Amino acid sequence: MSLLTFEGGIHPPGHKELAEHSPIVDAKSPARAVIPLSQHIGAPCESIVEMGQEVKKGEVIGNPGGFVSAPVHASVSGKVVANGSFPVPNGRMVPCVVIENDGKEEWTTLRDSPDYMDLSPEELKEKIKDAGIVGLGGAAFPSHVKLSPPKEKPIDTVIINGAECEPYLTADHRLMVETPSDVVAGLRVIMKILGVEKGFIGIENNKPDAIEKMQQTVSGENNIEVKALQVKYPQGAEKMLIKSILDRDVPAGGLPMDVGVVVHNVGTAFAIFEACRYGKPIIERVVTVTGLGIMEQKNLRARIGTLISRLIDECGGFTNDGPVKVIVGGPMMGFAQYSMDVPVIKGTSGVLVMSAAEYTPSEKFGPCIRCGRCIDVCPMGLMPSMLSLYSEKGHYEECKEYNLFDCFECGSCTFVCPSKRPIVQLVRLAKSQVKP
Amino acid sequence: MEAIKKQHELVVSVSPHLKSEETTSRIMWTVSLSLLPAFISGAYFFGPRAVITTAICIITALLSERAFQKITNREDTISDGSAFLTGLLLGMNLPATVPFYIPIIGTVVAIVITKQLFGGLGYNIFNPALIGRAFVLITWPRAMTTWMKPDAAFMRFDAISAATPLGILKEEGLAKLLALFGDKLNLYTELLVGHRAGSIGETSVIALLLGAAFLVYKRYISLHIPLSFIGTVAVIAWLFGGKEGLFTGDPLIHIMSGGLMLGAFFMATDYVTCPSVKKGQIVFGIGCGLITMLIRLKGGYPEGVMFAILLMNCFTPLIDRNLRSKVFGFMKKEAK
Repeated sequence: MSLLTFEGGIHPPGHKELAEHSPIVDAKSPARAVIPLSQHIGAPCESIVEMGQEVKKGEVIGNPGGFVSAPVHASVSGKVVANGSFPVPNGRMVPCVVIENDGKEEWTTLRDSPDYMDLSPEELKEKIKDAGIVGLGGAAFPSHVKLSPPKEKPIDTVIINGAECEPYLTADHRLMVETPSDVVAGLRVIMKILGVEKGFIGIENNKPDAIEKMQQTVSGENNIEVKALQVKYPQGAEKMLIKSILDRDVPAGGLPMDVGVVVHNVGTAFAIFEACRYGKPIIERVVTVTGLGIMEQKNLRARIGTLISRLIDECGGFTNDGPVKVIVGGPMMGFAQYSMDVPVIKGTSGVLVMSAAEYTPSEKFGPCIRCGRCIDVCPMGLMPSMLSLYSEKGHYEECKEYNLFDCFECGSCTFVCPSKRPIVQLVRLAKSQVKP
Repeated sequence: MEAIKKQHELVVSVSPHLKSEETTSRIMWTVSLSLLPAFISGAYFFGPRAVITTAICIITALLSERAFQKITNREDTISDGSAFLTGLLLGMNLPATVPFYIPIIGTVVAIVITKQLFGGLGYNIFNPALIGRAFVLITWPRAMTTWMKPDAAFMRFDAISAATPLGILKEEGLAKLLALFGDKLNLYTELLVGHRAGSIGETSVIALLLGAAFLVYKRYISLHIPLSFIGTVAVIAWLFGGKEGLFTGDPLIHIMSGGLMLGAFFMATDYVTCPSVKKGQIVFGIGCGLITMLIRLKGGYPEGVMFAILLMNCFTPLIDRNLRSKVFGFMKKEAK
């Protein structure tokens, strides 16, 4: 079977072996949960709890601030002890609700629906919205918005993104191996909501066990197919995934819905199933704690609001060789942390503790030698070399001539650059200086 | 306390946090290495003078780059290997018997004027080694077109002069060339091996192909420029190269003689001075081929590879601006 893929892309060292065979285990319930009111793209939530108020697990503590928003829930039962700004993984300070865990693990009343597939699409969408589900692959875009395409954009295909192309991360991999039927159930819900007949699950070929498990789960269903994808970063980018599986080109500046496709991540599909079946809001997620700088690499099911220092402790702490860099997310697009006291949020797919051996210093960079490697690997077909040259000299407007805003900052150009130029960083700089 | 200290030592930078192992200097040194077979063949056929001439170029290149950077208070970039490579390429593009001031002056022109005055590595418009060569060719035409008869006698400093195959072809015709080399098969063999008069590093087609294959295997160069360059030369040679009218030329002679192999694989592919988008590279290669054959067949010089590449270097910015990469999802022409 030939593997599906797209043009461009890179082959960074995968390091999946560190955590891919480690089964998902529940992380300890945190003594204090720091729950940011903005964990998604879109309007932040408004806190509806007061200091000292008792809350139960799964209770709404922040109401969505608009349509493109998602509620946040208490991930532990206990007392609200603080309401203020705290650092979050993306480096910003964000208003958070801090709950002191009373250890009772008392759930709020959940709306269980054994016959959830009999519900109407609108009812299912409402459940997803109420559960606060956002894209768990990292982008954290509210899922119910993706499930409400405008009428003029008919959707014919749903793709579940199991590429997990970021090196090191294995959270989606483990979900597919351990709970394949729940992931597929989530896909069915999405297909029902969108009234779509065709569903795909795209998985990179470095996860043969996941491909096999998923294939077994969907065997006998002719409207759901599992597709093996070539191992190549950024295979999991929506546009690349759609190109690989359906050979459709999402127009520049457009969205998957422009070509009739909706893409959801494996973790999101799993959460959608749990929300529709059990009425369970998203108060926990699988986080891969990995890298050579940590004693034991694990896939932990951690509560939202757990500080990553707790997860590091739970994995045996740092090795003597580490940590040099601690990254929340994957090594290609994740955020390096200055403090271990940032919480796990809905979009946190991993904590990567890099040891000295894995760390590549951000050396001084040299001039562009116009080798064209960045052009060859750019999945969007851009000319990163030109973007970086213009941005470096402050000619930000000219960057638009080179399709500045089509760059989704995967960093492939920066990975391959032999002069070690901070290409994607210069692109971000240019983006911040001009209007689209 | 220990934990806090650790935290303060954490590196914080923006993504991506992974980088490939490729570096500019590794590329430059690897390309230099790939020229080794051709250099050895030059040393074999043209003796110690070939080695000395090339060594002068390399040493002058390193010294003049260092001197320029010292005087202008710039960072020392000798270790990136690009000056070494320029010196090596220039040396391999000279006849072995040139007086020693020629490689020195040629190299200074290449490094100081062509490269450093334009802003250093990455900013030069023209291939430095070729400008250096063009300068000395125009300034000392006689010395630069006095070729040495190839001869595997090591340590021979005296040399018998001989004309290059392209020179004979231009001045005296194919019949004379064949008479000199015996028959066509013998001519091809000698060209392939490199047993002919010419610049130090250009004669052995086999040695050059060996180095080029290594670069292609390492993905340091792609075949877009070399193939379109050589292909164009072959077609034009076949079309117009014969004395008996159209379609009677001998493309193989044109491909294997002169500086085409060295130029197409090692000089036209210079990252800095060639287009960086593949379709632009094909245009660049075809342009190089056309100009090369125009000079070879109609011009005053028997060889045109050097001027062809330099002229096409002028077009590189234009080509890059107009033949851009295809942006994903950009199907319709937009108004702007």
